Amino acid sequence: VGLPQGCHLPGPPPPGGGRRVPLPCRASPAARNAPGLYPNLWDAPKWIRSCYRPGGISLSGGTGRQTGPAGDPTGQSGLGKSTMVNTLFKSKVSRKASQPGQEERIPKTVQVQSISHVIEEKGVKMKLTVTDTPGFGDQINNENCWDPIIKYINEQYERYLREEVLITRKRKIPDTRVHGCVYFVPPTGHWLRPLDLEFMQRLSKIVNVVPVIAKADTLTLEERAEFKQRIQEDLKTHAISVYPQADFDQDPDDRLLNDRIREKIPFAVVGADQEHQVNGKRVLGRKTKWGIIEVENPAHCEFPLLRDLLIRSHLQDLKDITHNVHYESYRVRRLNESNRPALSPLNGLPGKGEGSSNL
Amino acid sequence: MSTGMRYKSKLVNPEEKQDHEKQYVGFATLPNQVHRKSVKKGFDFTLMVAGESGLGKSTLVNSLFLTDLYKDRKLLNAEERINQTVEIVKHTVDIEEKGVKLKLTIVDTPGFGDAVNNTECWKPITDYIDQQFEQYFRDESGLNRKNIQDNRVHCCLYFISPFGHGLRPVDVEFMKALHEKVNIVPLIAKADCLIPSEIRKLKERIREEIDKFGIKVYQFPECDSDEDEEFKQQDRELKESAPFAVIGSNTVVEAKGQRVRGRLYPWGIVEVENQAHCDFVKLRNMLIRTHMHDLKDVTCDVHYENYRAQCIQQMTSKLTQDNRIESPIPILPLPTPDTETEKLIKMKDEELRRMQEMLQKMQQQMQDQ
Repeated sequence: VGLPQGCHLPGPPPPGGGRRVPLPCRASPAARNAPGLYPNLWDAPKWIRSCYRPGGISLSGGTGRQTGPAGDPTGQSGLGKSTMVNTLFKSKVSRKASQPGQEERIPKTVQVQSISHVIEEKGVKMKLTVTDTPGFGDQINNENCWDPIIKYINEQYERYLREEVLITRKRKIPDTRVHGCVYFVPPTGHWLRPLDLEFMQRLSKIVNVVPVIAKADTLTLEERAEFKQRIQEDLKTHAISVYPQADFDQDPDDRLLNDRIREKIPFAVVGADQEHQVNGKRVLGRKTKWGIIEVENPAHCEFPLLRDLLIRSHLQDLKDITHNVHYESYRVRRLNESNRPALSPLNGLPGKGEGSSNL
Repeated sequence: MSTGMRYKSKLVNPEEKQDHEKQYVGFATLPNQVHRKSVKKGFDFTLMVAGESGLGKSTLVNSLFLTDLYKDRKLLNAEERINQTVEIVKHTVDIEEKGVKLKLTIVDTPGFGDAVNNTECWKPITDYIDQQFEQYFRDESGLNRKNIQDNRVHCCLYFISPFGHGLRPVDVEFMKALHEKVNIVPLIAKADCLIPSEIRKLKERIREEIDKFGIKVYQFPECDSDEDEEFKQQDRELKESAPFAVIGSNTVVEAKGQRVRGRLYPWGIVEVENQAHCDFVKLRNMLIRTHMHDLKDVTCDVHYENYRAQCIQQMTSKLTQDNRIESPIPILPLPTPDTETEKLIKMKDEELRRMQEMLQKMQQQMQDQ
């Protein structure tokens, strides 16, 4: 899909008009790659928007760590995952929030639970799937607690692969693959824990991992800077490549943009779902006895950076990398694994009448 | 002023004075005598801190005792951490205040709860506490009991992470393993990441779970009925604030024109000693100013006695199994020196022998001359 001649970006769209949730619009500075795909969906001219409208965009944000007490009903995720997702999308998309008052038990094994929502802004609809992982890292023995998560991610790739090799396949294959995984690191201020390292090592190979420092309002600015530096060193030492991966920068502009982001990874975020009055404005924040922490104030925390990365500038890139890199490597692995000849539409649906095959 | 005079009540009448002096024996001065002796002897206190790393344990200890015990601490890097096991590290410091000396021992437990698999990560800690009890038991049963060193752990501050909603499995297991051996005081660490309503909810939840799992944390003793109302009020507030939500700080910041211990954020300053900000002052008062002695008493009277009773029972059951005569004084098996001390003993023996030989040679030479 290419831009027709003479088409230009319209000015900032008029307010109102079909939005469920207001989000201020900012054009992203660098024009991203693929022609026809706009950096900022909410600026896309109408005819491109109409291309997206039927399917919507599926962003599966898988989220990481949750802490809670043993056995019995917990409440929210301990590191503020659900609150963060709600703050990101400015609507109650997280499972906890959508069922208020329901208490959840900490499961004995890690569960993977997905909820899909369709959110809309300025006429652009997005199908957002949030996948939560309660129980991760909660037990005394957390060995292999990442297995259910890896299994889930691979299952989604598998589903897509099956659809892709059908003879008559749908025009738009339903995409349930996980495009980004936000991993919440507890703000200890020291180093990454062995559990964090193990998890990220394994997952950065199959999905885009975005680590964030959760509940960062417990770190002063110096502690935050030191902690970030140590985490960056840790990631380098263990060769964990988090999103945006340096290997996939396509041109110098990209590299410049992504380098700036990479310097700040992991973002120190604070999530809040309550509004308070500050200087006559209503802001999202946390009110303590010593001050109000404004979530969207870049001097206080880096939540705006995370939001910009995930939604405003790199949303499509997350999907592209998932499709072009992670999915492709999964596909290559699967095809090499099978002893059968390479799948092609001519061979028919694999596994049909050929006994049980994982393909 | 003689001791006898010090406790004389105010009297107007010299005749009454005579009468009172006849009835006054003078043992009302005992508290003074005890006070003088104790001050001369000095006090000791052993405090254990336990909890995951990164919860601000070291910072809190420094804030509590206004010292910097961890100046030379080096945080482990990635490779070292992968193979880390739980260690027991002791720091001893002698502090003095208004002539009263305190020998403070802090027992730290780095590595607790940090690994991927934390099964039985509390075992080194329970072993350590048992060892101290055993040591004291031996000393107490020994022949020379003049200078017994009391290394028993008087109190264990357990740091609960504020990033959950209540106790985690490892917290529950740790406290259940230790509640019969040491006084556990649970704390909510890094409370500056919680807003007041969250602190309230978390405290309630933790209290519920402690009840539910039957964990016996340290109970503040009831105050006597003849104490004044203010004291009783304070005591009530103390009990209601448990578990304490604490914040520690190693730095001094300027707040409202004063220099206070605190943490400086872009959105405000947290003052550690401000009661509206956190329960640090309550913890400090409880631990040091009002309940230190009670903690020691409970350790000696309850936990140590339990250990001792168990130990003796085990030994007597073993003895009756071996068909030996029961002796009223428990006979402890001689401690087997470990390999290090054995080597040292052997070396010293060698040295002694060599010196004896040399002496003999010299004596021979002198005789020959």
